[in-house]
Amino acid sequence: MKALLLWFNTTGSPPNFERYAARWIPIWFALAFICLAVGAAGGLFMVPADSKQGEIFRIIYIHVPTAWMSLFVFLVMAAQAFIALVWRIKICELLTIACAHIGLMFTAVTLITGSIWGKPTWGTWWTWDPRLTSELVLLFIYLGIIGLYNAIEDRRSAARAAAFLVLVGLINVPIVHFSVTWWNTLHQGQTIRLVGESKMASELMWPLIVMTLATKFWFIGSVLQRARAMNLTHEANKDWAKKLAEPKQ
Amino acid sequence: MNDFLTNSIVLEVKQLSYFRNEEKIFGPIDFSLNGGKALLITGDNGSGKTTLLRVLSGLLRAQSGEIIASKSGQTYSDLSHACAYLAHKPGHKSELSCVENLEYLQIIFDQVKPELIEPALNKVGLSGYEDTPAKQLSAGQNKRLGLARLLLSQSPCWLLDEPYANLDLQGIELVNRLIQEHTECGGAVLLTTHGAYAAPAVPCQTLVLANVRTDR
Amino acid sequence: MANQSALSLFTAQCRRDLRLSLRRRGDIAQPILFAIMVITLFTLATSAEPKKLAELAPGIIWVAILLSSLLSLDAIYRSDFEDGSLEQMLMAPAPLALLIGARILVHWLSAVMPLVVLTPLFAQMLFLPSNLLAPLMISLVVGTPLISLVGAVIAALTVGIRHSGMLLALLALPLYVPILVFGAGAVVAASQGFAWLGAISLLGAGLVIAIVLAPVAAAAAIKISLT
Repeated sequence: MKALLLWFNTTGSPPNFERYAARWIPIWFALAFICLAVGAAGGLFMVPADSKQGEIFRIIYIHVPTAWMSLFVFLVMAAQAFIALVWRIKICELLTIACAHIGLMFTAVTLITGSIWGKPTWGTWWTWDPRLTSELVLLFIYLGIIGLYNAIEDRRSAARAAAFLVLVGLINVPIVHFSVTWWNTLHQGQTIRLVGESKMASELMWPLIVMTLATKFWFIGSVLQRARAMNLTHEANKDWAKKLAEPKQ
Repeated sequence: MNDFLTNSIVLEVKQLSYFRNEEKIFGPIDFSLNGGKALLITGDNGSGKTTLLRVLSGLLRAQSGEIIASKSGQTYSDLSHACAYLAHKPGHKSELSCVENLEYLQIIFDQVKPELIEPALNKVGLSGYEDTPAKQLSAGQNKRLGLARLLLSQSPCWLLDEPYANLDLQGIELVNRLIQEHTECGGAVLLTTHGAYAAPAVPCQTLVLANVRTDR
Repeated sequence: MANQSALSLFTAQCRRDLRLSLRRRGDIAQPILFAIMVITLFTLATSAEPKKLAELAPGIIWVAILLSSLLSLDAIYRSDFEDGSLEQMLMAPAPLALLIGARILVHWLSAVMPLVVLTPLFAQMLFLPSNLLAPLMISLVVGTPLISLVGAVIAALTVGIRHSGMLLALLALPLYVPILVFGAGAVVAASQGFAWLGAISLLGAGLVIAIVLAPVAAAAAIKISLT
């Protein structure tokens, strides 16, 4: 066990992470852009418009993948948080916080695209639909994690406190969703649903899958990018980091 | 009286360093302290004296190095159980009286001997203040209450952070006397001081902490 | 722990905290005044019509009590942190979770329970139909300890952060959503003639779990915050 931990610590050490990130970030982003281009082309141009909603339904190709990501990122963040709390590995602490920022962005985009979709389809910018409400609470959870991290002076204590909060939030997210769904049943008359009952026909699905892949690649690239920046900032006093800042001979 | 002579405590510190936000606060430090001795830790403001004591008390965790506290060969699993810590913060409630505070602390530190409370208060010069709420005591008297807490803790190792602060001449003499008695019974004492005060009249090692923080 | 039983530690901590809250008179009066103020402000900002207020009454009362608890939770560890008592509790051999559990209990007894006791008064102020008083009281009796327990964990994470009141509220909000939804929602369900005990039993289950887990989680969070 100790040998495994030692290996983990050395491979995940700040200088090694910097090397890995520097090499791989452009690749992940390149993959993301390719998928984004293909998916956008498909969703915007190749797929026929919806009979009921018209062109606006195309926003589904952004809204649904980002909605999935807002939850997926939380799971990844929770895994990082667990490792950071139990084994105190610096890189995992940074990755937890980086995930929080990226997850926040995905949640915000989900809410904004949901709102834009809602205006022409239901005539209102906002509705207290259970899924939108849960998503809003998720936004607050992400904001809270970032807020807590920023409020504590010692960076490592801050990361541990934030990681603890992530795990608390992980238990809370399904409970919130369950409670808000129940709450909604009390208020009959709100039969508006965000993604309609209609199942998507297969010829409409493929851009969705491509966009989902695009968001995954984008997520990996962004998290590595952000963690890389945090890593370099925190380790700026170390020799290996100073060497990187020197102009190449 | 406490007796720590048999099974005296040994505190060993090896290559201890502490960083905050990747900035070194102190280290690497090595020393060994046995029961019956005192260690005087001096250094300028900002040299990390308080942080060192907090690491030795178990409240902070050092990034590198080792601390081994043992008594007759058996190592303490939790560092905080080896030491009693008196710092700038009093460690007791201002709304409670001296006796109420000490009774509570005895219970949570598993040292319930109510018959020792009044003698302890007597020893630190607080007899007559047993039922006075701590907020009605002066800063120096609050410090004396803290010393009473140390006496009642039955702990072999005392960590004192600037024990002379807020005390008048009599109070300083009291601290020195208590340190002397504690070491004569086999206890160990670590104390920090600026160096403006006279050292206690006991066999003292000295550890000088240099200011390792870079100038900004 | 060689000589002290868990019960004697728990009672010692309770005794100390009860003494403290009785000697700080403001600790008990302020939450009550705050809740009454919130209710008054609500009424002044919306309408004095009994019918309209009666409809919103369960929600207003729940929110007033929740906000008041949030304010008082901010201070649950503050005094102990500032005078170094929290450090002593950390260093003591007594299990911190046990001491924190006692702390939370006394906090609920002194800061929140009086509000629950005064709820019939709040109900009168907002013209709550009398048949809804029982569901409201039951929901509060089950839900407010849950608020204290969960809030204590969050407050533990922010110990030592200066001016943490706003941050505490932000962190606690997502955790309070289910409690508020089921608590106030039970009363709304009762008003609509639906079965409301289901929501209460969910709260009850949450309470049982929280009684066991929250002190442990709060102790762990305090260790993270202080070290």
